[in-house]
Amino acid sequence: MVTVTSRLTRWVTVLVPGAFLALFFIYPVVSVLGRGLGRDGLDAFSDLASSGRIRDTIWFTVWQAVVSTAITVAVALPAAGIVARLSGRRQRLVRALVTVPFVLPTVVVAGAFEGLFDRFGLDSGAIRLRHTVWAVLLAHVFFNYAVIVRAVGSYWSGLDGRLEDQARILGASRWQTFREITLPRLRPALLASSAIVFLFSFTSFGVVLILGGPRRSTIETEIYRFAVTRSDLSSAAAMAVVQLVAVLALIMVTTRLERRRPVTVAQPQRASLAVTRRWLGANVLVAMLLLGAPIGTLIERSVSVGDRYGLDNYRALGERVQQLPAPATTALWNSLVFAVVATSIASVVGMLASVVVVHGTRWLRHIFDLGLTLPLGTSAVTIGFGILIALDEPPLDLRTSWWIVPIAHALVGIPFVVRSVVPVLRAIDPSLREAAAVLGAAPGRVRREIDVPIGLRGLVVGAGFAFAVSLGEFGATSFIPRRADLLTAPVALFRLLGTPGEQLRGQAMALAVIIMVMVAAAVLLIESARSSNEGSI
Amino acid sequence: MHRIAHFLAVVVALGVTVAACADDESLDGMSITVLAHDSFVISEDALAAFTAQTGISVSIQTLGDTGTMVSEAILTAGNPLGDVMFGIDNTFLQRGLDADLFEAYESTNLGGVRAGLDLDPEHRVTPIDFGDVCVNYWIDAVPHGVPTSLEDLTDPANAGQLVVESPETSSPGLAFLLATIAATADWEQYWTDLVENGVSVTSGWEDAYYGEFVAGGGDRSMVVSYASSPAAEVFFAAEPMDAPPTGVLLDSCFRQIEFAGVLAGTQNAAGAGAFIDFLLTPRFQEEIPLSMFVFPALEAAKLPQEFLDHAQLADSPHLLDPAEIEANRDAWVDRWVEIVLR
Repeated sequence: MVTVTSRLTRWVTVLVPGAFLALFFIYPVVSVLGRGLGRDGLDAFSDLASSGRIRDTIWFTVWQAVVSTAITVAVALPAAGIVARLSGRRQRLVRALVTVPFVLPTVVVAGAFEGLFDRFGLDSGAIRLRHTVWAVLLAHVFFNYAVIVRAVGSYWSGLDGRLEDQARILGASRWQTFREITLPRLRPALLASSAIVFLFSFTSFGVVLILGGPRRSTIETEIYRFAVTRSDLSSAAAMAVVQLVAVLALIMVTTRLERRRPVTVAQPQRASLAVTRRWLGANVLVAMLLLGAPIGTLIERSVSVGDRYGLDNYRALGERVQQLPAPATTALWNSLVFAVVATSIASVVGMLASVVVVHGTRWLRHIFDLGLTLPLGTSAVTIGFGILIALDEPPLDLRTSWWIVPIAHALVGIPFVVRSVVPVLRAIDPSLREAAAVLGAAPGRVRREIDVPIGLRGLVVGAGFAFAVSLGEFGATSFIPRRADLLTAPVALFRLLGTPGEQLRGQAMALAVIIMVMVAAAVLLIESARSSNEGSI
Repeated sequence: MHRIAHFLAVVVALGVTVAACADDESLDGMSITVLAHDSFVISEDALAAFTAQTGISVSIQTLGDTGTMVSEAILTAGNPLGDVMFGIDNTFLQRGLDADLFEAYESTNLGGVRAGLDLDPEHRVTPIDFGDVCVNYWIDAVPHGVPTSLEDLTDPANAGQLVVESPETSSPGLAFLLATIAATADWEQYWTDLVENGVSVTSGWEDAYYGEFVAGGGDRSMVVSYASSPAAEVFFAAEPMDAPPTGVLLDSCFRQIEFAGVLAGTQNAAGAGAFIDFLLTPRFQEEIPLSMFVFPALEAAKLPQEFLDHAQLADSPHLLDPAEIEANRDAWVDRWVEIVLR
């Protein structure tokens, strides 16, 4: 009986994430690429290869993603260290607050940034940020700061700080201790989250178009241009293949680096990285400027009414304006429901997949790790169009189903869960499991009582992101049909911004602020749920 | 138990729907799906009126901007996502027709449509609304008087004043390029002159209107927007105002006409046709001005006062044949990129 259930558990662990990935990602993507490259696929590639514009695009896509990732890590790593040192409640609050930028619609953030450039004279004259690559990099750091701070911070606070203490006692300088002791131990989480930042920058769309201006293009914007503006599916598919190959290569490299020599953690203890006051002060200042200034601009705009300040824009959200099929408050509710469902799907599928990535056979590990990260680096057009042509026959005509929206959101949320849970699971000291086994615990029980509670620490980080991803409508949903009466908050916001008039613009800003508050509250709630569990490790 | 009851209810509902679809004579109980771009709005009251009148229930699915909607319809041709499409415009029309997206349907209400809007003699699509894309200016900010012609935009007196959207990524951007192609003898020279006069380009309308135009705190006094934008500025002003702060350069307008069509491959052609008829009744047509800020195609539709007062329409807008647009668009846009962005 015991073996039957444990075999069943093993099958479910593999089959659920496997089927999800196959059905909602691999099958659609293969279908759309097959259709696009079907007739004259090779011609499409040779056309691309001979185009100077495409070469420039690929080069720009890669280097801006590399630089964005490097800057983000440099800016966010000290903050992650500080977060790791905070007490439980404060740490949760900071981790919830830094998630806010992540969820904001690009068009709103771009507006806020440009407002800032304008105010500080960076819009004209000698220093001009508008429509430059600097604006793109700045925005990527703004959006991805949370990825590093949350994932690395959480992992860091689980590291045993006594090693650093010993190194310091033995005479190592702070920098030496950090570089030679802390940094190598952070590597798994750092690599996992850097890979996510890279993928997000690599597939960046709105930031490049709006802040980078019409002269810059990435592989992602070119796929859109071919597929949507030109209805040239074969060029779009060829471009999508280029994107997939690049992303696959990156994931394989980081996975290899990540798996090398993981450092074990027995018992989580507050990390004791010594931080000088000056460093702390400087970092907080950078974070405040970087994250706070655009958000402050947004909040200010949401409460300006003509020449005065007031809450009129917020009050107006309860009533339907003609531009929307329902009041904006209904849209907020719809978004919340979708986000809860998407987060649940991403948590279950992602958690099971993480177990496979850590404990599965070699091939399973590879396939799951690659397959479940890939959606993050795949163009929204590829996934969206793929779903339209693949899932179009009964019993799987999901194209206009309610479920397709949370499923598409979960597809982007799952990599966050996997990349947050796997480093934590890998870091479990094998002796802990062995001890449990020696004491007579069945493998299933070992997993339940050791892997699950420790894995939860990673899960709350990933689930917080999955929620934010859904609330911010990342990825494929812009290319999937949706019921007009199930309007979501970001879509409502775009529509409000689509017609001139100060009222509508003010309401859009108010809506953005509410989305920020919602994501912070939700992340705080998810993380608090974990704290009641913490004692079990 | 509750879940089982729910499931049974769904099964019964599905059965009823299938049964209803099998019976072509009666529309009562039929349900149809309308595909539309993100800007399409129809009030719940109007939908309820349609259902009460015909017995047909309507579900609306939105698919992003017009380009996304048309591309996705082409992708799913033969097994369409819905029964009716709303919102394909004259810049995309030929692409949709070439892909055989639509079944012919001649609406019973077509007779009431303004002259010049019905572009398809085979009635595969039916005009529903129209509007003009034109250069707008901020009255108090134009340096040397309001512009009155396209030539004024290349006048050095207006240097650094105009912001336009890229036709590669923006629908009004493409419309304005088409306007210049239709209006000027040598459009490539015209754009070379605009570049020399410091024209600024953004990827999308929001970034142009709110990022660089005076309306959002920018420093440019002229922007490519819609002829109805001044009316929206009044209607959605933070504090009540009598006259719009913006005006429209009527010499620069390109006319956009939006159509609806019955999607080929639908099982509900009769219901789809009934919905197109409804789109051309005063009940829906009179909602159009304030919900989508365009003009109703139906001549008899009454316009709301705010619209009559402040929305403008060019007397002789620029137009190009949809077939000509489709045949040349990619080449025109590529050439534009070379002149303006390189």
